[in-house]
This record gives sequence, C-alpha cells and structure tokens, in this order.
Amino acid sequence: MGFKHKDIIGLQGLTREEIELLLDTAENMKEIMGRDIKKVPTLRGKTVVNLFYEASTRTRTSFEIAAKRLSADTINISASTSSVTKGETLSDTARNVLAMKPDIIVMRHAASGAHHYLAQRVSCSVINAGDGAHEHPSQGLLDMLTMRQKFGRLEGLKVAIVGDITHSRVARSDIFGLTTMGAQVCLAGPPTMMPPGIERLGNVVVCSDMREAISGADVVMMLRIQLERQGKTLLPTLREYARYYGLNPEKLKLAKPEAIVMHPGPINRGVELSSYVADGDQSAILTQVENGVAVRMAMLYHVSGGELPTA
Amino acid sequence: MNLLIKGGRVIDPSQGIDGTFDILVENGLVKEVGSMLPAPAGTETVDAAGLIVTPGLVDMHVHLRDPGLEYKEDIVSGTKAAAAGGFTTVACMPNTKPVNDNKAVTSYIIAKAQNEGVVNVVPVGAITQGSKGEALAEMGDLKEAGCVAVSDDGHPVTNSELMRRALEYAKGMGIMVISHAEDLSLVGDGVMNEGFTATELGLKGIPWAAEDAAVARDVYLAECTASPLHVAHISTAGSVRIIRNAKARGVKVSCETAPHYFSLTDDAVRGYNTNAKMNPPLRGAAAVAAIKEGLRDGTIDAIATDHAPHHLDEKDVEFNIALNGIVGLETSLPLSLKLVEEGVLTLPALVEKMSCNPARILGLDRGTLKVGAVADLTVIDPNAAWTVTAEGLASKSKNSPWLGEPMKGGAAYTIVGGKIVYQR
Ligand SMILES: [Zn+2]
Repeated sequence: MGFKHKDIIGLQGLTREEIELLLDTAENMKEIMGRDIKKVPTLRGKTVVNLFYEASTRTRTSFEIAAKRLSADTINISASTSSVTKGETLSDTARNVLAMKPDIIVMRHAASGAHHYLAQRVSCSVINAGDGAHEHPSQGLLDMLTMRQKFGRLEGLKVAIVGDITHSRVARSDIFGLTTMGAQVCLAGPPTMMPPGIERLGNVVVCSDMREAISGADVVMMLRIQLERQGKTLLPTLREYARYYGLNPEKLKLAKPEAIVMHPGPINRGVELSSYVADGDQSAILTQVENGVAVRMAMLYHVSGGELPTA
Repeated sequence: MNLLIKGGRVIDPSQGIDGTFDILVENGLVKEVGSMLPAPAGTETVDAAGLIVTPGLVDMHVHLRDPGLEYKEDIVSGTKAAAAGGFTTVACMPNTKPVNDNKAVTSYIIAKAQNEGVVNVVPVGAITQGSKGEALAEMGDLKEAGCVAVSDDGHPVTNSELMRRALEYAKGMGIMVISHAEDLSLVGDGVMNEGFTATELGLKGIPWAAEDAAVARDVYLAECTASPLHVAHISTAGSVRIIRNAKARGVKVSCETAPHYFSLTDDAVRGYNTNAKMNPPLRGAAAVAAIKEGLRDGTIDAIATDHAPHHLDEKDVEFNIALNGIVGLETSLPLSLKLVEEGVLTLPALVEKMSCNPARILGLDRGTLKVGAVADLTVIDPNAAWTVTAEGLASKSKNSPWLGEPMKGGAAYTIVGGKIVYQR
C-alpha cells in the first residue's frame, strides 16, 4: 500500500496501516543512516522549506538533516509569531513561501490548527512540526518507533504519560498514535494540567496518582514542564511538582523491570526526571533523538510520493 | 399610502390574538384588525394567505459598526440585513469607534438611521466612559439623546463596586443596564468552550463558570440594588438556573440568548472553523438543552442575534487570533422557527421572544398590533426554502457558520411604519 495523504498534520485520522508504513520506512531510513555515505538521491531536485514560527533548534535541525540525507534542497525561514501582530498574516507568509515553489513545507507554529489552515491553502505538502497544544506527529512517530524497537510491537503495551497533558502536543500525538496501534495509555499529572474529556480520545485512562499510572507500565513517558508557561496558577512550586510528578529510581521500580523511560526533551533535570533516571540503563532518550531523523526522512519521503531506494 | 394585509394568520400575543384576520394600515398606523375588511381606495393589498403576520420583530442586540468600523457594516447595510431578516427595530451596541458613550455619537446614529436606515434603530449607550470599566458614562445625557439602555457589551464591567454603582445610577436615570457577563480571569487566553472538543483540537478552553460566575454576581448586584438588569447572550445551563432562581425570588432580571446557542454546539469549531468562534463560545449539548428549556419555561425572555459582522480578513486567520462573532440578522428567524417545529416553543411564544418581550424590556412602543400602534409588521413565510450564501446576505460581512446550509422559513414582507421595506 502507499501513503495517500498530501500532508501530515497529525497522527489523528491515520490508519494503523499508514502508521506501520511510516514506521517501517523509518527503519529502512535508519539502515541508510548506518551506511558510510548517509545520503540517497530520493528527493533530489525537491525543495523543502522549514518554516518555524517558534524557535526549536532540535526539531528544525532534525528535519533539515532528514531532508539533506534525501538530497532535497532545504531553506530555513524563522518567522516570529509576533510578526502576526505587525500585520503579516499566515496567509501572506504562505503566499511568499509558495513563490519559492517548495514541494514540502515543514512548519512549526504556536497556534493550534495553523497547519490545517495552511494545508487548505497551498498545493504543496505540509508537514506539522508542532502546532500549539494540538499535535507533533514526528515526535509521536519517533516515540512509537523507539517503543517498537524495544518491544517488537505496540499492541498491548501499557504506556504511562506523566505531566502537563493540557499543553502538550506530544501527548496528543502519542495518544492518537498509540491508541490507534492498540496500546493502552495511562495519564497522570496535576488536575490543573489534565484537560477535560481526554479519556474519550481512545483507550486512555486518567490516573489520579502517578504511581498508579506507571505501575506495570512498559513505557514511562515524562513530559516537559514549560516553566515559562505554568505561571503561578497551575502548580505551586517545582519542588512539589518533582516530588509528586517527577520520576526517580524508587518510583520507576513500579514499572515493569524491562520498562523504558522516555522524554521529548529538553529535560528539566531534577524536575521531571532525576539524573539517575535520565542517564540510567532504562533511559531511551538518546534513542528517541536518533530515531527522530529516520522518522522525519520517512515523513518527507511519503508526502513527496518518491521511490524508496533499494539497498 | 395605505396597506391591507389580507388573510394571514395573525399572531399578536400582546392582545392574545391568534387567528386568520386582515389588517388595515392607514397613515403608518394600525387602523383595524378584523375579518373581510374592505380596502379603501388607494390601498395596496398584500395577500398573506398561508403566511403569518406578527408585530414587527425586535432584535435587542446587534452591532452595526457605525461609526468607525464601516468596512464591516454600516447603518444602511445593517438595517437592510435586519429588514431581510424580518426585523423592524434593532438595538445597536455601543462598541463603535468612538464608543457610544456620549450624546454626539448617539445623535449621529439616530440621525443617520432616520435619514438612510431601512428599519428603526435604537442605540444602546455605554455603561462606562469608553467602555473601559473605570468611570460611569453620562447616562442621563445618553438617555436624553435617545439611548434605550446602557451596556459595555464586548467587555464585562470587571469592577464589582463600579457595576453596583452603575445599576444604582442607571435606575435613577430610568435606563436599564445590559450586562455582558464574563469573568475575564477565568477566560484567560481561552478561545473556545472548555471540553472534549477543545482538548482534542488542542485549543485553550473557556469554562462555563466564566459566564455563570459573572451572571451570578450581576444578579446579586441587581438584587442588592433593587435595580432592573438584563443579561445579554446567555449560553450556559448555569446562567439559566441562576436567572430562573432569581426570577422566582422576584429579582427584576431579564435575559436573552442567541440562535447559535440553541442551534450549534462546540462541535462546529472542528476544522478550526473561525465562523464558529464567538463570545460567549458555543457550548456542549447539555448547555444547548438547558437553553432550550430556559426558552420553554420562560426564563429566557428574548431571542437576540448578537449580529457581529467581521471582515473576511479578520476571520480568515488562525483560530487563536480570529475575531469573535457571527452575522445573525438574516438567519435568526428560520433558526428560531425550528424551535416551533421541535415543540420547544409555540408560535405565539416565539413571537413574544422575538418582538413583544424585547420591545417591553427596552421600553419601546413596539411589539404590538393594537389599533393605533405604529404599523411595524413582519409577514413570515414559514415554508420559504432558501440557502445561506455570501452573495445572498445583505450584510456587508459574510461571517456566518451557516454558509451553504439550507434554511426553512423567513420574512415574506417586512413593514416599517406602514411601508414595505423588504419583500422576499
Ligand atoms: Zn456581548
């Protein structure tokens, strides 16, 4: 089967087969990355525009490397969201970017739904590199790839996601992707960071206590706390947050012995994760980063409808 | 010119009339309501067989955007949209540019409406100077200039002490306060109703308590000052409950809702549809049911449109930064007629909520077909089938969530002061 979508706006709505295809392709891409010459001509002559309205060196670099390994020409545009208030609208920017005749626009934007808006207005492919508190599909895919590599499957896994669910696009993409693949997702976090109705998103359970969520879990996904965003109303102090919702070796013992610990990064050490856990044997955080490039290569490849290189 | 409206189902709750009658209009006034009325020489006849004849509809909450924001709407286009929607009188909110917080702006609106408008326009002045919520506006002057109520619509009066004084002062001036009830600290940077849809879309939610808490405060302030209060555009079950209880205790409170709050849920936001972005936001199914119950049991006195025209450029943007509001004058009647089809309201009860009650609340000599009354009438075709299109809307702005949707029912004739100002 092929991948039939012009864009990848989110993991919601993708079928199990499509997600599997993306993950399988990412495995192939990882194989390419293991070669001496880590470059294939798949996207030669294609132009990828990285349009970032929010600073994110990690995600942008990862997409840029992915595009370059596929031999695409890449252009990076950093736009400030504040330019919106100065009168430049997203549709103006889109028109300017389109004048460069890109084949793919990779966009990061602070407004949920911005990609939905863009994709309806441009003929080229749009890949969501994060929109507000909505989705971050490349992160969701790299998370799933990391889990599948460890356990050989996603179906039936118990995945605990802990932290600020309300503001997390990573959580949403993980939830959409994992529940489609048949995993069970348990959420925990302060009630101030748990959005209403989240359990209706699929096979999702909300736990009042973090210990309950991680008990017997195969995967413990710790979300980043946005220190700048939380203000004084969502939690009292980081100290208390770390105590009740941070992961330390003692709490990690509640998970399965072979469980892995993940984090979308960058980590607030001592807050979401103690350094023992972040740097410990069970940490899969660096594997996540490594998988990021492969997954993004797979996404670029599938929206461009190119030919998969044979080994 | 005189007019004979023949053989329609005349519904006038102000006199308890519901039956097939003729109405004779002479010199702009209702001359006679009866059967088989002869037409004096020079009388134009309107055949209303199969149609419903009611006192002219009154929309107590519209935004005409004039002065200052005429690129969205002006008094001419707005009153044309009103006439097309079957409204003979509209009350326009003061959030113009400049704000209608003084005699000069009020007089401008009244003069322009009289000279160029198609239907009656009654201005609502501001509660506070510039609607900034800091100091009371000159309500005496506003009333004298022709304002029929005061409101800072668009913004709540956040300072409770100031709201208390506004209610007291307005009572002394004989003008009513219309509250835009919203607790801004609870709204925060929310952009839609808090709930499952917002969670799924990753959009910041607004809890219903942001409205409930503010309605409760204003109701208690009205009770404490023994002043009349009208609450604009209620959208929550809590608001209905609070106002129902207040009315039972004898508090002088009235309220309105808008067609979108009984016709749509926050599901309409899916796809980041900015034409479903409004303030208060569209709520969930339980709130819609509570609003209908409030209409049915009389807690909600009036259906107003909160007609809020915005330019395409203000809606064709990311959801977060899109402006709030939809146009509503031309879709209100068919959407409200659905309530009759669903058994929520009888036709006379609907006419009360769209004509008699808003006229009474604003103290207007409208909303009646009594002999001698100004001949403002709406002739409704309950079966008119039409589709909402951007080109078909008389309003300058096209921000309707119903574009492309079929509608049933609408005004066949809108008659203001005995003159036909709209004919389908
Ligand atoms: Zn309002």
